[in-house]
Amino acid sequence: MTGLRRDLRLIADMVAPGSRVLDIGCADGALLAYLADEKNVDGRGMELSQAGVNACVRSGLSVIQGDADNDLPTYPAGAFDYAILSQTLQATRQPRQVLESLTRIARRAIVSVPNFGYWRVRLGLLATGRMPSSSLLAHSWYDTPNIHLCTIRDFLGLTADLGLVVEQAQMLDRDGQPWRLRADSGAANWLAEQGVFLLRQAD
Amino acid sequence: MNPLSEMSLSEPIRRANEAAAGQILVVDSPLTLESGAVLASYRVAYQTYGRLNAAKSNAILVCHALTGDQFVADTHPITGKPGWWTTLIGPGLLIDTDRYFVICSNVLGGCLGTTGPKELNPATGQPWGLDFPVITIGDMVAAQVKLIDHLNIDQLFCAIGGSMGGMQVLKWATAHPDRVFAAVPIATASRHSAQNIAFHEVGRQAIMADPDWCGGSYFLEDKRPERGLAVARMAAHITYLSEVALHRKFGRNLQDRKAISYGFEADFQVESYLRHQGASFVERFDANSYLYITRATDYFDLAAEHGGRLAEAFRGTPVRYCVISFTSDWLYPTSESRVIVHALNAVAGNVSFVEIETDAGHDAFLLEEPEFFATLKGFIEGCARHRGLN
Repeated sequence: MTGLRRDLRLIADMVAPGSRVLDIGCADGALLAYLADEKNVDGRGMELSQAGVNACVRSGLSVIQGDADNDLPTYPAGAFDYAILSQTLQATRQPRQVLESLTRIARRAIVSVPNFGYWRVRLGLLATGRMPSSSLLAHSWYDTPNIHLCTIRDFLGLTADLGLVVEQAQMLDRDGQPWRLRADSGAANWLAEQGVFLLRQAD
Repeated sequence: MNPLSEMSLSEPIRRANEAAAGQILVVDSPLTLESGAVLASYRVAYQTYGRLNAAKSNAILVCHALTGDQFVADTHPITGKPGWWTTLIGPGLLIDTDRYFVICSNVLGGCLGTTGPKELNPATGQPWGLDFPVITIGDMVAAQVKLIDHLNIDQLFCAIGGSMGGMQVLKWATAHPDRVFAAVPIATASRHSAQNIAFHEVGRQAIMADPDWCGGSYFLEDKRPERGLAVARMAAHITYLSEVALHRKFGRNLQDRKAISYGFEADFQVESYLRHQGASFVERFDANSYLYITRATDYFDLAAEHGGRLAEAFRGTPVRYCVISFTSDWLYPTSESRVIVHALNAVAGNVSFVEIETDAGHDAFLLEEPEFFATLKGFIEGCARHRGLN
């Protein structure tokens, strides 16, 4: 399959073949379908929008209507090999609890977050004096679903607070291309538009 | 000669019994019911569509709702109307009878050929009436299991049903997880709520309050509690529709008159409609069956059967579930479906769940809702691929 978004492709590359995956906020199921076809993954999805869920089930994927805040606690510990949360953490009511749930129900969590420390975002606020928007943060302040924005540094701080191990951290530029930057560097916090993290609970 | 023809059954029900007689399984071994009572022998009336493949892997069991029957995809023998899911099941349709072998049986306690309270009690030679033992959803499924055994099918490709049919699907998939590949419980619940039980009690009391019910022995008295059964149906019918749909269909429109009559005739169209629903229902349904079947759904509580924890019913299940609810269904609301989904999540079960946007109420599962059909088609085709049925 060629149509997979670049950041989703990067996430897919972190998933071991034949594993059990839960994709939270799976939208139309593009990533799940790719993982099933290319990596023989036993995939499940969760999606908030009815249109998204129906599209997934129509194409034969196992997807439920639900959201990260309310439905993740219903899963048992270690139910999956990977729990994927792509571009959704900032829209949850309780990101800390969600992150804890992800690493509880799956041996590894793959989380991508938009970086509010990205230089265009910073410059946007500085120069215009208005709430910044970007391709990843395209809403106006009054109707945005993104209620818990963070920088790369903020996110790493939370993973440290939760005692999570960051196995991989991939910084992406505006085109979704990987930057060869250390996630905990100042440069990453300025230059990456988003970060993709492979996390697990400490042994 | 059919012994029932000696009885004072209404002509339509007798005709139906004869029409259904072509496909009847007689089970001569006893069935111990969940109540502890024993049926020494019983009959299961059923219809099939399509052909069972050589691997016997393409069977779909359709479970009917409270007042449904086995005539799911062909003409009903009493009403002459198309079957209740002819939009879904047939050659080239979503459940394609050119590909699948579809089975639907009249439930235990029913009144279209399967053993129920209007059949003859072998011990007395009279209709069972209230001597018929109280049955459960589990008992209905136990009788269906006998039928599936009789058809030499080890594993159903799919069990599907709405409302009480969905309860049977849940019971099938949890009691016999190795015999069901995919399960589709639609517009249903894992247990009856107080409100569900309350509505059923209204219906039962309406029947029992009819003097022609005769304590359940109306066949012996050559009577039928038609008024009570009709009222039960009218009350139930309201619960199958949404307020919006009812208002859109009838509003406050008057029936065949220009002004209100200042009397108690059916001034309003909605009254006339309900009276018609009640009157046509008594032509095809037995009042005692209505009592027994509503009781069976009231008693249904899958969690209680598993130590109070619904998730235990699903632990280790290999069954692929697709749970479907409808936004305007207030009889079995989406929250009830979510309870099932969360229990399946709790054991990391394989479950899809969609809530279909519609204002058609509970009855939406009987209608050709495009989004409902599209998701169902996707699920069944996905399962067919996994089952190697292409």
